[in-house]
Amino acid sequence: MSYLFDNLDLVAEYFWEHLRLTFSSLGIALCFAVPIGLFIAKFRKLHMPVTGVLGVIYTIPSMALYAALIPYTGLGVTTAMIGLVAYAQMILVRNVHAAITGIDPAMIEAAKGMGLNAWQIIFKIELPLAVPVVLAGIRIATVSIISIGTVAAWIGGGGLGRLIFQGLNHDHIGKILAGTISIAVLAIGMDLLFRLLEKLLGPKTA
Amino acid sequence: MNVLEKIRDYFENNTPVFLHNLETHVWLSTVSMMVAILLCVPLGIWISKKLHIANYIINAINIFRVIPSLAILALAMPLLGVGFLPAAVALTILACPPILINTYVAFREINPSIREAAFGMGMTPMQTVLKVEFPLALPVVLAGVRTASVEIIASATLAVLIGGGGLGNYIINGVSMMSESFLLIGAIPVSLLAILSEVVFSFLQRRTSY
Repeated sequence: MSYLFDNLDLVAEYFWEHLRLTFSSLGIALCFAVPIGLFIAKFRKLHMPVTGVLGVIYTIPSMALYAALIPYTGLGVTTAMIGLVAYAQMILVRNVHAAITGIDPAMIEAAKGMGLNAWQIIFKIELPLAVPVVLAGIRIATVSIISIGTVAAWIGGGGLGRLIFQGLNHDHIGKILAGTISIAVLAIGMDLLFRLLEKLLGPKTA
Repeated sequence: MNVLEKIRDYFENNTPVFLHNLETHVWLSTVSMMVAILLCVPLGIWISKKLHIANYIINAINIFRVIPSLAILALAMPLLGVGFLPAAVALTILACPPILINTYVAFREINPSIREAAFGMGMTPMQTVLKVEFPLALPVVLAGVRTASVEIIASATLAVLIGGGGLGNYIINGVSMMSESFLLIGAIPVSLLAILSEVVFSFLQRRTSY
């Protein structure tokens, strides 16, 4: 326990590293997931194959995926992020798809009736209405990224996982405790933060 | 030597070692899943009957569930030491939340009039649970088992870090030695195991749905 308090600045540094890794992966993942989700919501025939492929990727254990990536992309943050983005896809795409297809068709009908074109419908009607459901997906994805990001420390992804791996390798209980406690705080904190956001941004149109 | 040759070379001399690691991995996952099912299904049924405490338990589990699997595994070492048993205990703990939550939801969602009808036909509470509610809840419970099994097979890869053995051996050593063949010897069977359990349980889930 004392290790955590004696080395707070080191732990804080890893903490920020973990947070940076998490949110940069999340940002990149969203750049792919939102268009893909929109796309498969519009072209329903693509829904099954796309979610099928993403589901298989999601099922592959993170260590195995990293093991397969290392020969091509080496050790380091890039490999870590590729894995994290790949895992987040499944969760995010599924939620974006569910959010868009869950919109009441009458709303779209009304928008068309008011003379909005296809792009306006996407940006002014569908995406804003999709926000609460997508946010739930972002919360789950963030928590998963934090979790897998811990493992990614093994392949040089940095972050709090480093403390855990160092602790396990050197049989240093203080490091293990510092790592597990801070990672639990990070994960639970993010989960609660996003739950709060969901409540705040929740359905205002009832 | 290219990678395929290296892998073939490894298997020529070390097939028993590989099989031993595979066996440990499967055994570790199976034991943890069994214990988790035996603990969590009855517990889930029980809390689905006690709605006033269920909410607190489910909320607590939802928070607990967020903690990364590596953290849970790592904590097992200072508390329980190294080896197969601590790894199995940690994996069992990891398998519990999905099974418990799904069991709870499955039993809570059963239409009360069905239960009423079972009572009306003179069934005891035990008979109602076993003969009426359980078959109805089974697909959702199996969905929880499926999620847990994939998670457990993945996390069992990390069990090697606390001396639990398994296919994680190859991946951990593969990274340390930067050996592509070792990485693949670990990665491919683990992925196949995970996908296999996903396929088997989704099949069971579909077969048991009405």
